[in-house]
Amino acid sequence: MLWQEALISFFVVLGGAFALVGSIGLLRFPDFYQRLHAPTKATTLGVGGVLAASVLFFSLRGPGLSLHELLVTFFLFITAPVSAHLLARAARHCGVRMHPDTRKPGQPDGA
Amino acid sequence: MLNLALALGAAMLGIAVVLNVWVLFRGPDLPDRILALDTLYINAIALLVLYGIARATTSFFEAALLIAMLGFVSTVALCKYLLRGDIIE
Repeated sequence: MLWQEALISFFVVLGGAFALVGSIGLLRFPDFYQRLHAPTKATTLGVGGVLAASVLFFSLRGPGLSLHELLVTFFLFITAPVSAHLLARAARHCGVRMHPDTRKPGQPDGA
Repeated sequence: MLNLALALGAAMLGIAVVLNVWVLFRGPDLPDRILALDTLYINAIALLVLYGIARATTSFFEAALLIAMLGFVSTVALCKYLLRGDIIE
């Protein structure tokens, strides 16, 4: 089917684009606390897109629904915030320097 | 069309992996390197799932799930080492 292939291709390209954007953000942001945002959000969403494409591909191909990819998705979506929190705590503990534009703890928004 | 999309997705993920390795070597601090490793294993999961679609086989999901679990545990272990100077107290 053409529309099925188009849908799967859309999710594959979307996932790859989000993963690439996350890695570019990891490379380009000025300090660690801003760099932490890109991979933990964009890359997780990118893997979610690729796994959605996988669910569609194997469900439309095989006899029944193929849902065991969702296991990986749920696991990544649960563990990404935990690892980001631990990384931020480790960076604070090591005394990683902040960029002047980064919002300090306790500083109000827009200050 | 699907073959073209798979090639495009694999190319973007490959570039992402190369950028992660660059950050892994550049640093500049230890948490940056741990974050680069974390992103690297997530991109490896995406590449493995893409390879499963391209080969039309479901036997790579177990590997993807194992990488997800062990990668999370290794990130937590490295962070604990930075925080406490010890992994198991």
